[in-house]
Amino acid sequence: MIRRPHVQPATPDGRTGFWASQGARRRLRQALSYLLAIVVAGFFLLPLFWMISSSLKPHYQVLEFPPRWLPDPIQWSNYREALTYVPFGRYALNTLFIAAMVILGHILSCTIVAYAFARLKAPGKGFLFIVLLATMMLPYPVTMIPLYIGFNSLAWVNSFLPLIVPAFFGSPFYIFLLRQFFLSLPPELEDAARMDGANTLQILWHVVLPLSLPAMATVAIFTFQATWNDFLPPLIYLHDQSKYTVSLGLNFFRSSYDIRWNYLMAASLATMLPVILVFFVAQRLFIKGISLTGLKG
Amino acid sequence: MRRGTVPRRPKRGLNLVRREALTFYILISPWLLGLLLFVLGPMIVSLIVSFSEWDLLSPAEFVGLQNYERMFTRDPLFWQSLKVTAVYTAVYVPLELAGGLVLALLMNQKLRFLGVFRTIYYLPSVLPGVAFVVLWMWILHPDVGLLNTLLGYAGIEGPRWLADPDWALPALLLMSTWGLGRTMVIYLASLQGIPQQLYEAAAIDGAGPWPAFWRITLPLLTPTIFFNLVLSIISTFQTFTSAFVATDGGPLDATLFYVLYLFRQAFQFFNMGYASAMAWILFLLILALTLVIVRSSGRWVYYEGERP
Repeated sequence: MIRRPHVQPATPDGRTGFWASQGARRRLRQALSYLLAIVVAGFFLLPLFWMISSSLKPHYQVLEFPPRWLPDPIQWSNYREALTYVPFGRYALNTLFIAAMVILGHILSCTIVAYAFARLKAPGKGFLFIVLLATMMLPYPVTMIPLYIGFNSLAWVNSFLPLIVPAFFGSPFYIFLLRQFFLSLPPELEDAARMDGANTLQILWHVVLPLSLPAMATVAIFTFQATWNDFLPPLIYLHDQSKYTVSLGLNFFRSSYDIRWNYLMAASLATMLPVILVFFVAQRLFIKGISLTGLKG
Repeated sequence: MRRGTVPRRPKRGLNLVRREALTFYILISPWLLGLLLFVLGPMIVSLIVSFSEWDLLSPAEFVGLQNYERMFTRDPLFWQSLKVTAVYTAVYVPLELAGGLVLALLMNQKLRFLGVFRTIYYLPSVLPGVAFVVLWMWILHPDVGLLNTLLGYAGIEGPRWLADPDWALPALLLMSTWGLGRTMVIYLASLQGIPQQLYEAAAIDGAGPWPAFWRITLPLLTPTIFFNLVLSIISTFQTFTSAFVATDGGPLDATLFYVLYLFRQAFQFFNMGYASAMAWILFLLILALTLVIVRSSGRWVYYEGERP
């Protein structure tokens, strides 16, 4: 369970038998670790395998008993059928648009707010920071109804606005993440720029931002993933099918037709694919973002 | 402004300290405004609405504490939804904390293909909720699903999972463990921050891996366990997507989660007053639970440098 220490205890003379059994025990433990790692990997991978396999089966093989592990013949056309059954392209464009706007909103607002929290001194800052952390913990359902009432009175229901506009007012989680990042930057460069007469916004733009691209990318990727996956807010606000996001579209697909599992699996995989791609490209940033917020604080 | 920099343009008689404070408040103003518009304002509105009966169409009618009274005394579904959520939380939170820790410990060893394993474990937890749930509905299919097929190989006849009132909640629990990777990554980050010298010193003192785990690893992980505990409780209390998509609260309300019932009251029955009262009770419940955990943390969370 524990990482092997680099330094072994000093060997007393004539105890080679002890060391031999120690080595055997270590090998046994390592073998058990591999076994466990592989079993667990099976638990996480099998459902994905099953999804891919089912998504390529012809209709008559989907509900066959006992189920077969591999489709025969492989029916690629399921994907075309599934993605045109309901207009998934449209849903994907809607979701991409919302995600792009929310990313823009978060980058603009959270950067500025986080920089102020990281670098500037002001009375009341400590208290406001605690408020920020507290709102990070606030569950969405708590404010969901009054927000709906408010957006309804603005006639924003059934538009993307309720999903986009709040992003321009900052999001506690990303403010916190960026603040942690800014605190890790050495302040000397900013001090030098200030001595040259730059104001806070100029410093932020010319000095801090070029150093913060990884943190910005982390915010963008987390935001993309969260927006792409979001379900409850779009469910409340988007009523026209033409405005659906992919999650709403998939749920609509699941509930409205006679269930065809092969199509449904194809559509599910297609919904997952952008997130999987982003995940593989940026896994490091995902993990860095989590350790940035999870560890210090 | 800091470190004795000479001021260049002392404007309008504001001294430097004041000007820095003013800049701070200007820069955080988007968030402050958002706090008022999207958090504090709505919370107050929601409290007021909770004392009324309102369907958004006809004017709201003040009914005093009637919503709360009905909730506590005359609505068995409210209690059912609370029970479902509490049971699910009580089972899943320890499962997530322990399971995530086991995975993290496993991934913190010197194994080959470690990166591959870690990626496999972590990937499902970032997948979109609806697709995640739809996939598991298929895995849990009573007749030809993957799970019952595998159980069949072992000679076990699997239950009807989501269609069986006794097995639907366990099925959702099982489904959630597929997302355990997120917790693992948080643990892993803090495991890797434990100084190696501590284990070396313990090994020199003759401590085996087991005592080293109980005396070094676990105490140093308690801040992370605390963090995961709070996050985990808050998120299980908000369970919605899996119940809405997979079971719609059924069968026989066996998976009627609190937020699902709140959603129904608000957006299917348009009882805005009643739903607002439910939202406030949810808020107070989570607040109370968090405070209890924070209060207790002094006794079990170990912060470095606090004690010898």
